[in-house]
Amino acid sequence: MNAIEVRGLTKSYGDVHAVRGLDLTVGQGEIFGFLGPNGAGKTTTIEILEGFRERTGGDVRVLGQDPATAPLSWREDIGIVLQESEIEGELTAREAVTMQSAYFSAPRNPDEVLELVGLADARDQRAAKLSGGQKRRLDLAMALVGDPKLVFLDEPTTGFDPSARRESWDMISALRDLGNTVLLTTHYMDEAQNLADRIAVVASGQIVAKGTADELAEQVAAVPRITWSAAPSPSAPTVPDRFGAVVDGDRMVIETHDVVTVLNELTNWATDPATAAPGGTASHVLVDLEIARPTLEDTYLRLTASPDGATAPPADEPTGGSKRRSRGRGGRR
Amino acid sequence: MSAVSQLKNQSAFDLLRFRRNPAAAFFTVILPLIFLVLFTSLFGNETFDNGAKLATFYVPGILGLSIVSATMVNLAITTTTRRERGMLKRLRGTPLPPWVFVASQIVMATVIATFMTVLIIIIGRILFGVALQWSAVPTLIISLIIGAAAFCAMGLALSTIIPSEDAAPAVTNAIALPLYFVSDVFVVTEDAPRFIEVIGNIFPVKHLVSSLQPAFDPFVEGTPMEWGHWAVVAAWGVFGAVVTMTRFRWTPS
Repeated sequence: MNAIEVRGLTKSYGDVHAVRGLDLTVGQGEIFGFLGPNGAGKTTTIEILEGFRERTGGDVRVLGQDPATAPLSWREDIGIVLQESEIEGELTAREAVTMQSAYFSAPRNPDEVLELVGLADARDQRAAKLSGGQKRRLDLAMALVGDPKLVFLDEPTTGFDPSARRESWDMISALRDLGNTVLLTTHYMDEAQNLADRIAVVASGQIVAKGTADELAEQVAAVPRITWSAAPSPSAPTVPDRFGAVVDGDRMVIETHDVVTVLNELTNWATDPATAAPGGTASHVLVDLEIARPTLEDTYLRLTASPDGATAPPADEPTGGSKRRSRGRGGRR
Repeated sequence: MSAVSQLKNQSAFDLLRFRRNPAAAFFTVILPLIFLVLFTSLFGNETFDNGAKLATFYVPGILGLSIVSATMVNLAITTTTRRERGMLKRLRGTPLPPWVFVASQIVMATVIATFMTVLIIIIGRILFGVALQWSAVPTLIISLIIGAAAFCAMGLALSTIIPSEDAAPAVTNAIALPLYFVSDVFVVTEDAPRFIEVIGNIFPVKHLVSSLQPAFDPFVEGTPMEWGHWAVVAAWGVFGAVVTMTRFRWTPS
Protein backbone atom coordinates (compact mmCIF):
# COMPACT_ATOMS: atom_id res chain seq x y z
CA MET A 1 0.00 0.00 0.00
CA ASN A 2 1.26 3.43 -0.85
CA ALA A 3 1.30 5.99 1.95
CA ILE A 4 -0.42 8.61 -0.20
CA GLU A 5 -2.41 8.20 -3.39
CA VAL A 6 -4.02 11.17 -5.08
CA ARG A 7 -5.91 11.05 -8.38
CA GLY A 8 -7.32 14.07 -10.15
CA LEU A 9 -7.49 16.24 -7.03
CA THR A 10 -9.26 19.57 -7.50
CA LYS A 11 -10.03 22.40 -5.13
CA SER A 12 -11.86 25.57 -6.08
CA TYR A 13 -12.79 28.64 -4.11
CA GLY A 14 -15.56 30.07 -6.25
CA ASP A 15 -13.89 30.92 -9.54
CA VAL A 16 -10.40 30.48 -8.19
CA HIS A 17 -9.01 27.04 -8.95
CA ALA A 18 -6.26 26.44 -6.42
CA VAL A 19 -5.70 22.79 -7.33
CA ARG A 20 -6.47 21.61 -10.85
CA GLY A 21 -6.30 17.87 -11.39
CA LEU A 22 -3.33 16.82 -9.31
CA ASP A 23 -1.97 13.25 -9.24
CA LEU A 24 0.49 12.11 -6.62
CA THR A 25 1.79 8.83 -5.26
CA VAL A 26 4.07 8.60 -2.25
CA GLY A 27 5.50 5.21 -1.33
CA GLN A 28 6.11 4.05 2.21
CA GLY A 29 9.39 5.06 3.76
CA GLU A 30 9.93 7.71 1.13
CA ILE A 31 10.82 11.36 1.68
CA PHE A 32 8.77 13.09 -0.95
CA GLY A 33 9.42 16.71 -1.85
CA PHE A 34 6.42 18.74 -2.89
CA LEU A 35 8.00 21.75 -4.47
CA GLY A 36 6.49 24.93 -5.80
CA PRO A 37 6.36 28.70 -5.41
CA ASN A 38 4.04 30.42 -2.95
CA GLY A 39 0.49 30.24 -4.17
CA ALA A 40 1.04 27.16 -6.34
CA GLY A 41 -1.45 25.12 -4.33
CA LYS A 42 0.98 23.28 -2.05
CA THR A 43 -0.59 24.23 1.25
CA THR A 44 -4.10 23.67 -0.06
CA THR A 45 -3.12 20.18 -1.21
CA ILE A 46 -1.33 19.25 1.99
CA GLU A 47 -4.25 20.50 4.09
CA ILE A 48 -6.61 18.28 2.09
CA LEU A 49 -4.29 15.32 2.71
CA GLU A 50 -4.18 16.19 6.43
CA GLY A 51 -7.97 16.31 6.59
CA PHE A 52 -8.14 20.02 7.46
CA ARG A 53 -9.73 21.08 4.20
CA GLU A 54 -12.40 19.55 2.00
CA ARG A 55 -11.64 18.88 -1.62
CA THR A 56 -13.81 19.81 -4.58
CA GLY A 57 -13.10 16.64 -6.55
CA GLY A 58 -10.80 13.69 -7.12
CA ASP A 59 -9.73 10.64 -5.13
CA VAL A 60 -7.50 10.87 -2.09
CA ARG A 61 -6.15 8.00 0.00
CA VAL A 62 -3.81 8.67 2.88
CA LEU A 63 -2.66 5.51 4.69
CA GLY A 64 -5.51 3.75 2.92
CA GLN A 65 -8.24 6.12 4.10
CA ASP A 66 -10.04 9.11 2.69
CA PRO A 67 -9.00 12.01 4.96
CA ALA A 68 -12.43 13.62 4.55
CA THR A 69 -14.19 10.66 6.17
CA ALA A 70 -11.44 8.92 8.14
CA PRO A 71 -12.17 8.16 11.82
CA LEU A 72 -10.11 9.78 14.58
CA SER A 73 -8.04 6.59 14.90
CA TRP A 74 -6.58 7.37 11.45
CA ARG A 75 -4.72 10.24 13.11
CA GLU A 76 -2.82 7.81 15.36
CA ASP A 77 -0.42 7.22 12.47
CA ILE A 78 -0.08 10.79 11.26
CA GLY A 79 2.26 13.48 12.48
CA ILE A 80 1.86 17.06 11.35
CA VAL A 81 4.26 19.98 11.56
CA LEU A 82 2.17 23.01 10.75
CA GLN A 83 3.51 26.07 9.07
CA GLU A 84 1.96 28.37 11.63
CA SER A 85 1.51 26.81 15.01
CA GLU A 86 2.76 27.95 18.36
CA ILE A 87 3.48 25.66 21.27
CA GLU A 88 1.81 26.53 24.57
CA GLY A 89 4.39 28.96 25.95
CA GLU A 90 3.54 28.36 29.62
CA LEU A 91 4.56 24.72 29.37
CA THR A 92 8.11 23.41 29.36
CA ALA A 93 9.26 21.53 26.28
CA ARG A 94 8.89 18.27 28.17
CA GLU A 95 5.41 19.11 29.45
CA ALA A 96 4.23 20.11 25.99
CA VAL A 97 5.46 16.86 24.45
CA THR A 98 4.02 14.86 27.34
CA MET A 99 0.64 16.58 26.89
CA GLN A 100 0.70 15.81 23.18
CA SER A 101 1.75 12.18 23.80
CA ALA A 102 -1.38 11.60 25.88
CA TYR A 103 -3.52 12.12 22.77
CA PHE A 104 -2.14 8.94 21.19
CA SER A 105 -2.78 5.35 22.20
CA ALA A 106 0.79 4.16 21.57
CA PRO A 107 3.07 7.17 21.87
CA ARG A 108 6.84 7.31 21.94
CA ASN A 109 8.56 8.18 25.18
CA PRO A 110 8.59 12.02 25.38
CA ASP A 111 12.16 12.09 26.68
CA GLU A 112 13.40 9.94 23.82
CA VAL A 113 11.68 12.17 21.30
CA LEU A 114 13.22 15.28 22.85
CA GLU A 115 16.59 13.56 22.64
CA LEU A 116 15.94 12.68 19.01
CA VAL A 117 15.32 16.30 18.01
CA GLY A 118 18.22 17.55 20.11
CA LEU A 119 16.22 19.25 22.85
CA ALA A 120 17.24 17.03 25.75
CA ASP A 121 19.20 19.85 27.38
CA ALA A 122 16.37 22.35 27.00
CA ARG A 123 13.55 20.06 28.10
CA ASP A 124 12.78 21.97 31.28
CA GLN A 125 12.69 25.36 29.63
CA ARG A 126 9.35 27.02 28.97
CA ALA A 127 8.41 26.78 25.31
CA ALA A 128 8.10 30.57 25.16
CA LYS A 129 11.76 30.96 26.18
CA LEU A 130 13.15 28.66 23.49
CA SER A 131 15.07 30.12 20.55
CA GLY A 132 13.52 30.08 17.09
CA GLY A 133 15.44 27.00 16.06
CA GLN A 134 14.60 25.19 19.28
CA LYS A 135 10.91 25.98 18.77
CA ARG A 136 10.99 24.32 15.38
CA ARG A 137 12.64 21.29 16.95
CA LEU A 138 9.86 21.22 19.49
CA ASP A 139 7.32 21.41 16.66
CA LEU A 140 8.92 18.33 15.18
CA ALA A 141 8.99 16.58 18.55
CA MET A 142 5.24 17.26 18.93
CA ALA A 143 4.64 15.69 15.51
CA LEU A 144 6.80 12.63 16.24
CA VAL A 145 5.70 11.75 19.77
CA GLY A 146 2.61 9.90 18.52
CA ASP A 147 4.95 7.50 16.68
CA PRO A 148 3.46 8.31 13.25
CA LYS A 149 3.95 6.33 10.07
CA LEU A 150 3.49 9.42 7.93
CA VAL A 151 4.81 12.89 8.73
CA PHE A 152 3.68 16.07 7.00
CA LEU A 153 6.21 18.88 7.04
CA ASP A 154 4.85 22.12 5.63
CA GLU A 155 7.70 24.47 4.72
CA PRO A 156 9.80 23.44 7.72
CA THR A 157 12.65 25.89 7.13
CA THR A 158 10.94 28.99 5.82
CA GLY A 159 12.52 32.01 7.45
CA PHE A 160 15.55 30.09 8.74
CA ASP A 161 19.11 31.27 8.53
CA PRO A 162 21.44 28.96 6.59
CA SER A 163 22.88 27.13 9.60
CA ALA A 164 19.44 26.52 11.10
CA ARG A 165 18.32 25.12 7.75
CA ARG A 166 21.25 22.71 7.69
CA GLU A 167 20.34 21.51 11.19
CA SER A 168 16.73 20.96 10.18
CA TRP A 169 17.83 19.05 7.14
CA ASP A 170 19.86 16.71 9.32
CA MET A 171 16.84 16.10 11.53
CA ILE A 172 14.53 15.45 8.58
CA SER A 173 17.04 13.04 7.07
CA ALA A 174 17.06 11.23 10.42
CA LEU A 175 13.32 10.58 9.98
CA ARG A 176 14.14 8.40 7.01
CA ASP A 177 16.25 6.21 9.28
CA LEU A 178 13.25 5.82 11.57
CA GLY A 179 11.27 4.40 8.67
CA ASN A 180 8.86 7.36 8.51
CA THR A 181 7.25 8.41 5.29
CA VAL A 182 7.64 12.16 4.93
CA LEU A 183 5.74 14.56 2.72
CA LEU A 184 7.73 17.77 2.67
CA THR A 185 6.51 20.96 1.06
CA THR A 186 9.01 23.63 0.27
CA HIS A 187 9.65 26.44 -2.12
CA TYR A 188 13.38 25.93 -1.97
CA MET A 189 14.81 23.80 -4.76
CA ASP A 190 17.97 23.03 -2.80
CA GLU A 191 15.91 21.77 0.13
CA ALA A 192 14.01 19.30 -2.03
CA GLN A 193 17.25 18.32 -3.74
CA ASN A 194 18.99 17.64 -0.43
CA LEU A 195 16.23 15.78 1.34
CA ALA A 196 13.79 14.21 -1.03
CA ASP A 197 13.99 10.79 -2.66
CA ARG A 198 11.53 12.03 -5.22
CA ILE A 199 10.23 15.48 -6.07
CA ALA A 200 7.02 16.73 -7.61
CA VAL A 201 7.03 20.28 -8.89
CA VAL A 202 3.67 21.99 -8.62
CA ALA A 203 2.72 25.18 -10.44
CA SER A 204 -0.73 26.73 -10.78
CA GLY A 205 -2.34 23.81 -9.00
CA GLN A 206 -0.91 21.12 -11.24
CA ILE A 207 2.12 18.91 -11.16
CA VAL A 208 4.40 20.01 -13.94
CA ALA A 209 7.23 17.55 -13.37
CA LYS A 210 8.15 14.72 -11.06
CA GLY A 211 10.96 12.30 -10.46
CA THR A 212 14.29 12.25 -8.69
CA ALA A 213 16.29 15.45 -8.74
CA ASP A 214 18.39 14.12 -11.65
CA GLU A 215 15.37 13.00 -13.64
CA LEU A 216 13.78 16.39 -13.16
CA ALA A 217 16.76 18.14 -14.64
CA GLU A 218 16.64 15.86 -17.68
CA GLN A 219 12.90 16.24 -18.13
CA VAL A 220 13.12 19.89 -18.95
CA ALA A 221 15.85 19.23 -21.47
CA ALA A 222 18.30 21.48 -19.78
CA VAL A 223 20.05 23.00 -22.77
CA PRO A 224 23.59 24.30 -22.18
CA ARG A 225 24.10 27.93 -23.09
CA ILE A 226 27.06 29.64 -24.71
CA THR A 227 26.96 33.31 -23.80
CA TRP A 228 29.07 36.42 -24.19
CA SER A 229 28.66 40.11 -23.71
CA ALA A 230 26.19 41.71 -26.08
CA ALA A 231 27.91 45.08 -25.92
CA PRO A 232 31.47 44.74 -27.25
CA SER A 233 33.40 47.51 -28.97
CA PRO A 234 31.43 49.43 -31.60
CA SER A 235 33.66 48.03 -34.34
CA ALA A 236 32.83 44.40 -33.49
CA PRO A 237 31.35 42.42 -36.35
CA THR A 238 27.81 40.99 -36.31
CA VAL A 239 27.47 37.31 -35.55
CA PRO A 240 26.31 35.36 -38.62
CA ASP A 241 22.71 34.14 -38.53
CA ARG A 242 23.71 30.49 -38.84
CA PHE A 243 24.69 30.46 -35.13
CA GLY A 244 21.17 31.35 -34.09
CA ALA A 245 22.42 33.71 -31.38
CA VAL A 246 19.82 35.75 -29.58
CA VAL A 247 20.07 38.69 -27.23
CA ASP A 248 19.07 37.95 -23.64
CA GLY A 249 19.46 41.05 -21.51
CA ASP A 250 23.05 42.19 -21.87
CA ARG A 251 24.24 38.80 -23.09
CA MET A 252 24.34 37.08 -26.47
CA VAL A 253 23.08 33.51 -26.10
CA ILE A 254 23.36 30.34 -28.16
CA GLU A 255 21.46 27.35 -26.79
CA THR A 256 22.80 24.04 -28.04
CA HIS A 257 23.29 20.45 -26.99
CA ASP A 258 26.37 20.24 -29.22
CA VAL A 259 28.52 22.64 -27.28
CA VAL A 260 31.89 21.48 -28.60
CA THR A 261 31.06 21.74 -32.32
CA VAL A 262 29.25 25.06 -32.02
CA LEU A 263 31.97 26.52 -29.84
CA ASN A 264 34.60 25.38 -32.29
CA GLU A 265 32.78 27.05 -35.21
CA LEU A 266 32.18 30.15 -33.21
CA THR A 267 35.79 30.58 -32.21
CA ASN A 268 36.94 29.77 -35.75
CA TRP A 269 34.72 32.55 -36.98
CA ALA A 270 35.89 34.93 -34.31
CA THR A 271 39.60 34.26 -34.92
CA ASP A 272 39.27 34.44 -38.70
CA PRO A 273 41.33 37.49 -39.81
CA ALA A 274 38.39 38.40 -42.04
CA THR A 275 36.14 38.71 -38.99
CA ALA A 276 38.28 40.43 -36.45
CA ALA A 277 38.55 44.15 -36.85
CA PRO A 278 41.93 45.49 -37.91
CA GLY A 279 44.27 45.23 -34.95
CA GLY A 280 41.64 43.40 -32.90
CA THR A 281 41.72 39.87 -31.55
CA ALA A 282 39.11 37.14 -31.05
CA SER A 283 38.74 38.27 -27.43
CA HIS A 284 37.37 41.56 -28.64
CA VAL A 285 34.68 39.76 -30.59
CA LEU A 286 33.55 37.29 -27.94
CA VAL A 287 33.95 39.38 -24.82
CA ASP A 288 33.42 37.51 -21.52
CA LEU A 289 32.69 34.18 -23.21
CA GLU A 290 31.03 31.58 -20.94
CA ILE A 291 29.50 28.15 -21.17
CA ALA A 292 26.78 27.45 -18.60
CA ARG A 293 24.81 24.34 -17.82
CA PRO A 294 21.48 25.22 -16.16
CA THR A 295 21.27 24.40 -12.48
CA LEU A 296 18.28 22.62 -11.02
CA GLU A 297 17.26 26.02 -9.68
CA ASP A 298 17.07 27.31 -13.26
CA THR A 299 15.09 24.22 -14.20
CA TYR A 300 12.69 24.85 -11.36
CA LEU A 301 12.22 28.51 -12.21
CA ARG A 302 11.54 27.57 -15.80
CA LEU A 303 9.02 24.92 -14.79
CA THR A 304 7.09 27.14 -12.47
CA ALA A 305 7.09 30.18 -14.74
CA SER A 306 3.66 30.78 -16.22
CA PRO A 307 3.37 31.05 -20.03
CA ASP A 308 3.47 34.84 -20.07
CA GLY A 309 6.87 34.72 -18.43
CA ALA A 310 5.88 35.86 -14.96
CA THR A 311 6.56 33.49 -12.07
CA ALA A 312 3.58 31.73 -10.61
CA PRO A 313 -0.02 32.89 -10.52
CA PRO A 314 -1.42 35.13 -7.78
CA ALA A 315 -2.06 33.94 -4.25
CA ASP A 316 -4.69 31.25 -4.37
CA GLU A 317 -4.03 29.93 -0.93
CA PRO A 318 -6.28 31.56 1.61
CA THR A 319 -3.96 30.64 4.42
CA GLY A 320 -1.29 32.79 2.86
CA GLY A 321 2.24 31.95 1.99
CA SER A 322 5.01 31.71 4.44
CA LYS A 323 4.16 34.20 7.12
CA ARG A 324 5.29 33.10 10.50
CA ARG A 325 4.11 34.61 13.67
CA SER A 326 6.18 35.93 16.43
CA ARG A 327 4.43 37.55 19.28
CA GLY A 328 5.24 38.99 22.62
CA ARG A 329 4.48 36.83 25.58
CA GLY A 330 2.14 37.44 28.41
CA GLY A 331 0.16 40.08 26.57
CA ARG A 332 -2.97 38.20 27.33
CA ARG A 333 -5.45 41.00 27.62
CA MET B 1 -6.14 6.22 27.35
CA SER B 2 -9.83 6.43 28.07
CA ALA B 3 -11.72 9.61 27.31
CA VAL B 4 -12.17 10.31 31.02
CA SER B 5 -8.47 10.05 31.81
CA GLN B 6 -7.73 12.12 28.70
CA LEU B 7 -10.11 14.76 30.04
CA LYS B 8 -8.39 14.71 33.45
CA ASN B 9 -4.99 14.93 31.79
CA GLN B 10 -5.97 17.81 29.50
CA SER B 11 -7.70 19.76 32.29
CA ALA B 12 -4.61 19.39 34.46
CA PHE B 13 -2.42 20.90 31.74
CA ASP B 14 -4.96 23.67 31.10
CA LEU B 15 -4.95 24.57 34.80
CA LEU B 16 -1.16 24.45 34.88
CA ARG B 17 -1.05 26.88 31.97
CA PHE B 18 -3.51 29.17 33.73
CA ARG B 19 -1.45 29.15 36.93
CA ARG B 20 1.68 30.09 35.01
CA ASN B 21 0.06 32.95 33.15
CA PRO B 22 0.49 36.03 35.35
CA ALA B 23 -1.94 38.16 33.34
CA ALA B 24 -4.65 35.53 33.65
CA ALA B 25 -4.04 35.14 37.36
CA PHE B 26 -4.23 38.90 37.89
CA PHE B 27 -7.38 39.57 35.89
CA THR B 28 -9.24 36.48 37.00
CA VAL B 29 -8.16 36.11 40.62
CA ILE B 30 -6.66 39.35 41.97
CA LEU B 31 -8.74 42.01 40.22
CA PRO B 32 -12.13 40.77 41.53
CA LEU B 33 -10.68 40.81 45.05
CA ILE B 34 -9.43 44.35 44.54
CA PHE B 35 -12.90 45.33 43.36
CA LEU B 36 -14.48 43.73 46.42
CA VAL B 37 -12.20 45.54 48.85
CA LEU B 38 -12.31 48.80 46.90
CA PHE B 39 -16.06 49.11 46.47
CA THR B 40 -16.89 48.00 49.98
CA SER B 41 -14.37 50.43 51.47
CA LEU B 42 -15.24 53.27 49.10
CA PHE B 43 -18.90 53.24 50.01
CA GLY B 44 -18.15 52.39 53.66
CA ASN B 45 -19.37 49.04 54.83
CA GLU B 46 -22.31 50.70 56.53
CA THR B 47 -24.96 48.78 58.37
CA PHE B 48 -28.48 49.62 57.28
CA ASP B 49 -31.47 50.07 59.54
CA ASN B 50 -32.55 46.49 58.93
CA GLY B 51 -29.16 45.20 60.11
CA ALA B 52 -27.81 44.24 56.67
CA LYS B 53 -24.36 45.42 55.65
CA LEU B 54 -23.36 46.99 52.34
CA ALA B 55 -20.93 44.11 51.88
CA THR B 56 -23.84 41.68 51.72
CA PHE B 57 -24.57 43.37 48.39
CA TYR B 58 -20.98 43.42 47.15
CA VAL B 59 -20.01 39.86 48.05
CA PRO B 60 -22.53 38.15 45.70
CA GLY B 61 -22.02 40.92 43.12
CA ILE B 62 -18.26 40.43 42.93
CA LEU B 63 -18.77 36.68 43.13
CA GLY B 64 -20.93 36.95 40.00
CA LEU B 65 -18.19 39.01 38.32
CA SER B 66 -15.61 36.38 39.30
CA ILE B 67 -17.67 33.56 37.81
CA VAL B 68 -18.21 35.48 34.57
CA SER B 69 -14.53 36.38 34.47
CA ALA B 70 -13.30 32.82 35.12
CA THR B 71 -15.63 31.33 32.54
CA MET B 72 -16.85 33.64 29.77
CA VAL B 73 -14.03 36.19 29.68
CA ASN B 74 -11.36 33.54 30.26
CA LEU B 75 -12.60 31.11 27.59
CA ALA B 76 -13.38 33.78 24.99
CA ILE B 77 -9.82 35.07 25.22
CA THR B 78 -7.91 31.79 25.60
CA THR B 79 -9.90 29.98 22.91
CA THR B 80 -9.43 32.82 20.42
CA THR B 81 -5.73 32.99 21.23
CA ARG B 82 -5.26 29.25 20.85
CA ARG B 83 -7.13 29.21 17.58
CA GLU B 84 -5.21 32.14 16.10
CA ARG B 85 -1.85 30.71 17.22
CA GLY B 86 -2.60 27.40 15.48
CA MET B 87 -2.81 25.44 18.73
CA LEU B 88 -6.35 24.26 18.06
CA LYS B 89 -5.38 23.19 14.57
CA ARG B 90 -2.53 21.12 15.96
CA LEU B 91 -4.93 19.52 18.45
CA ARG B 92 -7.35 18.76 15.63
CA GLY B 93 -4.54 16.89 13.88
CA THR B 94 -4.32 14.39 16.75
CA PRO B 95 -6.67 11.53 17.69
CA LEU B 96 -7.92 13.50 20.73
CA PRO B 97 -11.74 13.63 20.46
CA PRO B 98 -12.73 17.29 19.99
CA TRP B 99 -15.30 17.14 22.79
CA VAL B 100 -12.56 16.20 25.25
CA PHE B 101 -10.80 19.45 24.49
CA VAL B 102 -13.98 21.51 24.83
CA ALA B 103 -14.90 19.70 28.04
CA SER B 104 -11.43 20.29 29.49
CA GLN B 105 -11.82 24.01 28.86
CA ILE B 106 -15.10 23.93 30.77
CA VAL B 107 -13.59 21.91 33.62
CA MET B 108 -10.65 24.32 33.85
CA ALA B 109 -12.95 27.37 33.97
CA THR B 110 -15.30 25.76 36.47
CA VAL B 111 -12.45 24.81 38.81
CA ILE B 112 -11.27 28.43 38.78
CA ALA B 113 -14.81 29.72 39.32
CA THR B 114 -15.25 27.36 42.29
CA PHE B 115 -11.91 28.42 43.75
CA MET B 116 -12.97 32.07 43.45
CA THR B 117 -16.29 31.30 45.12
CA VAL B 118 -14.57 29.81 48.17
CA LEU B 119 -12.03 32.65 48.26
CA ILE B 120 -14.67 35.37 48.14
CA ILE B 121 -16.80 33.68 50.78
CA ILE B 122 -13.77 33.57 53.10
CA ILE B 123 -12.72 37.17 52.43
CA GLY B 124 -16.30 38.41 52.79
CA ARG B 125 -16.53 36.71 56.15
CA ILE B 126 -13.15 37.76 57.53
CA LEU B 127 -12.86 41.33 56.20
CA PHE B 128 -16.48 42.43 55.99
CA GLY B 129 -18.35 40.12 58.38
CA VAL B 130 -20.65 38.74 55.71
CA ALA B 131 -21.89 35.38 56.93
CA LEU B 132 -22.70 32.54 54.60
CA GLN B 133 -26.31 31.45 55.11
CA TRP B 134 -26.01 27.68 55.32
CA SER B 135 -29.65 27.01 54.49
CA ALA B 136 -29.15 28.71 51.11
CA VAL B 137 -25.89 26.97 50.23
CA PRO B 138 -27.72 24.54 47.88
CA THR B 139 -29.06 27.60 46.05
CA LEU B 140 -25.49 28.90 45.75
CA ILE B 141 -24.20 25.56 44.42
CA ILE B 142 -26.96 25.22 41.82
CA SER B 143 -26.38 28.85 40.74
CA LEU B 144 -22.65 28.22 40.45
CA ILE B 145 -23.14 25.09 38.33
CA ILE B 146 -25.71 26.64 36.00
CA GLY B 147 -23.78 29.92 35.84
CA ALA B 148 -20.41 28.29 35.09
CA ALA B 149 -21.87 26.04 32.38
CA ALA B 150 -23.85 28.85 30.74
CA PHE B 151 -21.06 31.43 30.81
CA CYS B 152 -18.55 28.84 29.51
CA ALA B 153 -20.86 28.28 26.55
CA MET B 154 -21.14 32.03 26.03
CA GLY B 155 -17.36 32.39 26.20
CA LEU B 156 -16.84 29.74 23.53
CA ALA B 157 -19.59 31.38 21.46
CA LEU B 158 -17.88 34.76 21.81
CA SER B 159 -14.59 33.29 20.57
CA THR B 160 -16.34 32.30 17.34
CA ILE B 161 -17.21 35.92 16.54
CA ILE B 162 -13.88 37.44 17.65
CA PRO B 163 -11.67 37.65 14.56
CA SER B 164 -8.22 38.05 16.08
CA GLU B 165 -6.15 37.57 19.18
CA ASP B 166 -5.70 41.31 19.58
CA ALA B 167 -9.44 41.91 19.46
CA ALA B 168 -10.26 39.26 22.07
CA PRO B 169 -9.73 41.24 25.31
CA ALA B 170 -11.28 44.38 23.82
CA VAL B 171 -14.43 42.67 22.58
CA THR B 172 -14.89 40.58 25.71
CA ASN B 173 -14.41 43.48 28.11
CA ALA B 174 -16.56 45.77 25.99
CA ILE B 175 -19.36 43.29 26.55
CA ALA B 176 -18.69 42.33 30.17
CA LEU B 177 -17.87 45.72 31.75
CA PRO B 178 -21.08 47.58 30.87
CA LEU B 179 -23.06 44.52 31.91
CA TYR B 180 -21.45 44.61 35.36
CA PHE B 181 -22.71 48.16 35.83
CA VAL B 182 -26.32 47.33 34.99
CA SER B 183 -26.31 44.00 36.81
CA ASP B 184 -25.96 44.85 40.53
CA VAL B 185 -22.25 44.09 40.49
CA PHE B 186 -20.70 47.52 41.06
CA VAL B 187 -23.75 49.61 41.92
CA VAL B 188 -27.30 48.97 43.07
CA THR B 189 -29.68 49.39 40.13
CA GLU B 190 -32.82 49.56 42.26
CA ASP B 191 -33.26 53.31 41.76
CA ALA B 192 -31.72 53.39 38.29
CA PRO B 193 -33.64 54.58 35.21
CA ARG B 194 -36.08 52.11 33.75
CA PHE B 195 -33.96 51.32 30.64
CA ILE B 196 -31.01 50.31 32.78
CA GLU B 197 -33.23 47.91 34.64
CA VAL B 198 -34.60 46.50 31.38
CA ILE B 199 -31.13 45.97 29.90
CA GLY B 200 -30.00 44.32 33.12
CA ASN B 201 -33.00 42.01 33.03
CA ILE B 202 -32.44 40.95 29.43
CA PHE B 203 -28.84 39.85 29.91
CA PRO B 204 -27.78 36.98 32.17
CA VAL B 205 -25.28 38.64 34.54
CA LYS B 206 -27.90 40.26 36.77
CA HIS B 207 -29.83 37.01 36.99
CA LEU B 208 -26.67 35.17 38.00
CA VAL B 209 -25.97 37.77 40.71
CA SER B 210 -29.57 37.64 41.91
CA SER B 211 -29.40 33.87 42.24
CA LEU B 212 -26.20 34.21 44.28
CA GLN B 213 -27.63 36.79 46.73
CA PRO B 214 -29.75 34.50 48.96
CA ALA B 215 -26.67 32.67 50.25
CA PHE B 216 -25.47 35.96 51.82
CA ASP B 217 -28.85 37.48 52.72
CA PRO B 218 -29.19 37.57 56.56
CA PHE B 219 -32.98 37.43 56.22
CA VAL B 220 -33.10 34.42 53.95
CA GLU B 221 -35.53 31.71 54.92
CA GLY B 222 -34.87 28.09 54.00
CA THR B 223 -33.50 27.21 50.57
CA PRO B 224 -34.90 29.51 47.89
CA MET B 225 -35.27 28.04 44.40
CA GLU B 226 -34.44 30.81 41.93
CA TRP B 227 -36.19 29.20 38.96
CA GLY B 228 -36.75 32.43 37.07
CA HIS B 229 -33.12 33.59 37.30
CA TRP B 230 -31.75 30.13 36.55
CA ALA B 231 -34.01 29.85 33.51
CA VAL B 232 -32.70 33.10 32.01
CA VAL B 233 -29.05 32.16 32.66
CA ALA B 234 -29.61 28.67 31.24
CA ALA B 235 -31.38 30.05 28.16
CA TRP B 236 -28.35 32.24 27.41
CA GLY B 237 -26.18 29.18 27.94
CA VAL B 238 -28.19 27.20 25.40
CA PHE B 239 -27.95 30.11 22.97
CA GLY B 240 -24.17 30.14 23.50
CA ALA B 241 -23.94 26.39 22.96
CA VAL B 242 -25.89 26.60 19.70
CA VAL B 243 -23.69 29.43 18.41
CA THR B 244 -20.60 27.47 19.44
CA MET B 245 -21.73 24.29 17.72
CA THR B 246 -22.61 26.03 14.48
CA ARG B 247 -19.69 28.43 14.25
CA PHE B 248 -16.71 26.93 16.07
CA ARG B 249 -13.49 26.90 14.02
CA TRP B 250 -10.27 25.04 14.74
CA THR B 251 -8.12 26.84 12.19
CA PRO B 252 -6.72 30.38 12.35
CA SER B 253 -8.42 33.03 10.26
